[in-house]
Amino acid sequence: MKGSAAICCSPGGEGSFVITRLDATINWFRKNSLWPMPMGLACCAIELMASGASRYDIARFGAEVMRFSPRQSDVMIVAGTLTYKMAPVVKQLYEQMTEPKWVIAMGACASSGGMYRSYAVLQGVDQLLPVDIYVAGCPPRPDALLDALIKLQARVSREPALATLKRVT
Amino acid sequence: MTPRDFANRLMARFASLVAEPVQFRNEVTLRVTESERLPDVCDYARDSLGFDFLLDIASIDNFGEVPRWTVVYELYGLRHHCHLRLKTHLAAAEPELPTLTHIWSTANWHEREIYDMMGIRFRGHPDLRRILMWEGYPHFPLRKDFPLAGLCTELPDVAFTRKAPLEGGPFVTTPGATSTIEREPRARTSET
Repeated sequence: MKGSAAICCSPGGEGSFVITRLDATINWFRKNSLWPMPMGLACCAIELMASGASRYDIARFGAEVMRFSPRQSDVMIVAGTLTYKMAPVVKQLYEQMTEPKWVIAMGACASSGGMYRSYAVLQGVDQLLPVDIYVAGCPPRPDALLDALIKLQARVSREPALATLKRVT
Repeated sequence: MTPRDFANRLMARFASLVAEPVQFRNEVTLRVTESERLPDVCDYARDSLGFDFLLDIASIDNFGEVPRWTVVYELYGLRHHCHLRLKTHLAAAEPELPTLTHIWSTANWHEREIYDMMGIRFRGHPDLRRILMWEGYPHFPLRKDFPLAGLCTELPDVAFTRKAPLEGGPFVTTPGATSTIEREPRARTSET
């Protein structure tokens, strides 16, 4: 069940059949429509917007649908400084997201508190949420965010989707 | 009219309340000796002297000195373009001042910020809640006895804070030391 050859096409081509694993198909759907929950908290959000605009065009990777409702999003991009005052809100938004869900910590502040060694700033969102990808930079360029997204896609495509599905009882 | 003229008029009106003005680079600072009478002084400054704009209110923690607290009011007149500074000192462990919101409504948020950061309460304020930290936070972070790294607090369902690691963090200057290494250590644990 392992390997990169996830999809086999019939030699006849169009109008015939495709054989694949369900895991690979589900992951293929998931990784090409990672809808972000843009948790824009500081200047990283500006770079996040740049990633969505035409020059960098996050739509090339299927992640252009910025959902401002956590119930419709798959990946929370924490872009910016997370203060303790904001932390319960972010936690609640994360909990409202439906499974499967992922978290990208974008930039120094979201990854480690950054330059804000302060009583007011949470020293990294990993103290609050399970982070999948950390992006370095202050703020990271859109290229770096897109790289993180591609790495997350690679990660999603390796997940055992069927085994982690919730069973209806 | 110069700021000095306004200061003289204020001193003539409140001879027992307003102390000798200090002039520095054309800025005049007056000390209000009785902080409880501050609204009377400010009322007069606005209505009779034309200081219709309260630029800012600042607070100082003179930790280890008596009196411990200083509150600074920056007054400005948009018609005569003169600036006047009023200072008042507070000594109490739980300092309190009368509010100025009924004179300048912009004092509302300034006073909330000072309450939030320094813990000086304003009597008669219509809405004295915290403005930067969240409601229920137990400390006043700009007080000098509050450590730079912060304090641990745990408030279920509201918020929490932990100490920030200061290694590799900002420079914390200690004035008076001879060498730069002593004067600007990379981290310092507590002010107390």
